[in-house]
Amino acid sequence: MPRLLHIAAHPAPSSSRANRAMLRASRALTGISRLDLYAEYPRYDIDIGEEQQRLLDHDIIVLQFPIFWYSCPALVKEWLDLTWEHGFAYGQNGDKLKGKVLALAVTAGGPQEAYRPEGYQHYELRTFLTPFEQTARLAQMRFPAPYVLHGALKADPEAHAEGFARYLAALRDDRLDLARAEAQDILTHDTLPLTESA
Amino acid sequence: MSDFLILAFLFLAAGVAAVPLASLAGLGSVLGYLIAGIALSPVLTLLEVDVVSIQHFAEFGVVMMLFLVGLELEPKRLWALRNRLMGLGGLQVAGTTALIFGVLVLFGMDMRMALAIGLILAMSSTAIVLQTLNEKGLMRGDGGQASFSVLLFQDIAVIPILALIPLLAMPGAHHPHGGEEHGASLSIVADMAGWQVALVTAGAIALVVAGGMFLTRPVFRYIAHARLREIFVATALAFVVGIALLMTMVGLSPALGTFLAGVVLANSEYRHELESDIDPFRGLLLGLFFMTVGAAINFGLLWDELFFILGATVAVMVAKAAVLMALAMVFRVRGADKYLFGLGLAQAGEFGFVLTSFAVSSFVLPDDIAPRLTLIITLSMMLTPGLFILYDRVIQPRFHRPVERDADEITPKGLAIIAGHGRFGGIVNRMLLAAGYQTTVLDHSAAQLDMLRTYGVQAFFGDASRPDLLHAAGIAEAKLLVVAIDDKDQAEAIVHHVHQTYPHVHIIARAMDRRHVYRLYSAGCRDIIRDTFDSSVRTGRSALEALGMHPFQAERTARAFVSADRHALYELAQLWKPDVPDTQNEAYVKMARTLMTDTVLGAPMGAYHERSTRGWTPPTPDDTKADAVRSDG
Repeated sequence: MPRLLHIAAHPAPSSSRANRAMLRASRALTGISRLDLYAEYPRYDIDIGEEQQRLLDHDIIVLQFPIFWYSCPALVKEWLDLTWEHGFAYGQNGDKLKGKVLALAVTAGGPQEAYRPEGYQHYELRTFLTPFEQTARLAQMRFPAPYVLHGALKADPEAHAEGFARYLAALRDDRLDLARAEAQDILTHDTLPLTESA
Repeated sequence: MSDFLILAFLFLAAGVAAVPLASLAGLGSVLGYLIAGIALSPVLTLLEVDVVSIQHFAEFGVVMMLFLVGLELEPKRLWALRNRLMGLGGLQVAGTTALIFGVLVLFGMDMRMALAIGLILAMSSTAIVLQTLNEKGLMRGDGGQASFSVLLFQDIAVIPILALIPLLAMPGAHHPHGGEEHGASLSIVADMAGWQVALVTAGAIALVVAGGMFLTRPVFRYIAHARLREIFVATALAFVVGIALLMTMVGLSPALGTFLAGVVLANSEYRHELESDIDPFRGLLLGLFFMTVGAAINFGLLWDELFFILGATVAVMVAKAAVLMALAMVFRVRGADKYLFGLGLAQAGEFGFVLTSFAVSSFVLPDDIAPRLTLIITLSMMLTPGLFILYDRVIQPRFHRPVERDADEITPKGLAIIAGHGRFGGIVNRMLLAAGYQTTVLDHSAAQLDMLRTYGVQAFFGDASRPDLLHAAGIAEAKLLVVAIDDKDQAEAIVHHVHQTYPHVHIIARAMDRRHVYRLYSAGCRDIIRDTFDSSVRTGRSALEALGMHPFQAERTARAFVSADRHALYELAQLWKPDVPDTQNEAYVKMARTLMTDTVLGAPMGAYHERSTRGWTPPTPDDTKADAVRSDG
């Protein structure tokens, strides 16, 4: 069974119904590790050694965060900047994450139809997340399409949260069709590509 | 003198022997005392001790207990209880009396006698019920509050009942004379007209309330300056005894008077001090009271009429429980609380003893009924701890459903106690209050307290290093204790005591220096803040900036220093031994050498240096060259 690490990063979880519901759903699962990034580093003093060890100890990294200005919250970026060092994640001898999986689970305020050339966000959501995709590629990791909730401020978070639990469980039990997940644009609670279970 | 010593020793020893055993067996202290009393009774008979007169003396424990209950109950909360007090309490007394009266009349008893017995048995045992509810922490729940309302009403109702009983006297009996234990000799209202009595009574209550509001603060402040513990205790005792005396003189219940005084003082900064001073006396007196209840059982009579007495006892308890359960439904006391209320108050109580002997002396009850009535009351009190055990083991688990908790949405409301409200603790308190948490502040400077009160801060007088005071301040239910007092040794003592006795309480302690950190650590504290460390580090960071270092580089340097220093302190705290001088503690010296050369002395390639430069560092030219080779190849 692959070792799964679920990292949740929201600077104000009390104001996000969707992210709270996802956390709740995750907590109901056994056999996975969890890290609340803002609780671990409320003062942004990231312990590089500790975080690298955490990455080494797991095979699948699920990063959950809300989209802020077309990217991740600041602490996630800080964590990436510091932890994913040269010689660790990329560059000379930088193959420590090779073969692992980096999966995103994001919530976006705008509706799905906004994220297209004729919509007001102009680009596909996936396009905004290309930095993460390329990060994974440089670190020689696999990158399934992001698991997305659109219109997160208005949508009922329950179906999404329940789908998130199924997504995590599928990753944990190796029941996700990774090739199909990589090929999709985005994953939603009703489009999870699970392998046929006997 | 030696008589007194023998008695004191006997009661103390019996209590000491029986109560811990009963507690260990999960029976609660009340049953322990009752059993001790039963065990003592042959010895007491042999010594020809007047158990009943000791019992009257020990009843003063009930007065003290109501004072303590009053201290816990702010006027606002008492006011909120008023409907239950009058409704629930009034209907309980009326309903139970009516039911018992009806049954006795059906059996052909004289109506007046039946009414007196109904009133006597309607009373429940304040001593047993409140002691047990407190012990089990059930006082604050719905069932506990409802029970308390009824008990308080009964306590008030005793006064009119005492007035009513002589009117029930059997025709042809002697003219009733005043009750013995209600201090007819002391009474100043005995020969007054009705309106005068009313006036004096109202005056006495006003005196208690006004005295509590305006007189206690200057008196206690004056005494606090003397800093003598025993004088404080003496004042507290004099206060309670004085009120009881005043109430007796005007013919009111002493328990009611001290309860009122307690309510008035519930907002006072001396509340916790009073509580911890009175509490030991209350405990000892109530213990004595329960033992006398056990010792007063007339076993001869009990064996002779075993089935009748047992049957009557059970019948009384069933009748009382039935009335209580019906009232619980009307007043919406639900679930497990309903049963706590119904079973907890089903016994007859100590007021029953008082009323019985009064009824006998008023020629309302004949001499042959009284001992049986007393025995029924005693047995019902003996059975009560069993009912509480039944509630604990059988009823409550059935109603206890684990509630699914959402960790994110819970705003923790646990109580925080802050010991020491000076420059340090004051900031902590302000932050907690601003965030909406409830705090209890303890400080031993009366002047400081006056200042705080003028700014509207809730603070209490008391030396936080005294375990009993911490207990009175609610450490047992607290979630957090912040030790912010100036005295290093006392801070260590508090941490040690709380860590040992209340392991669930999180302790944050303020340390004065490194050695103090080690001492607090070995006392069990794991959240230690050095009081000048943070400001020193900020000063160091400012110094680096002033010398020209880039501000963020200075920030990184400061962070790395803090992290390395805390790591060193943590390692050393584990090796430090309180009774070995540092220079003779080899492991400590060795570790100190390694850590200090690496960090503070600033060896350029030490751990501290590495940590401060790690992060945001670009690959070296060699690294990039190797990458280029790899991607070409």
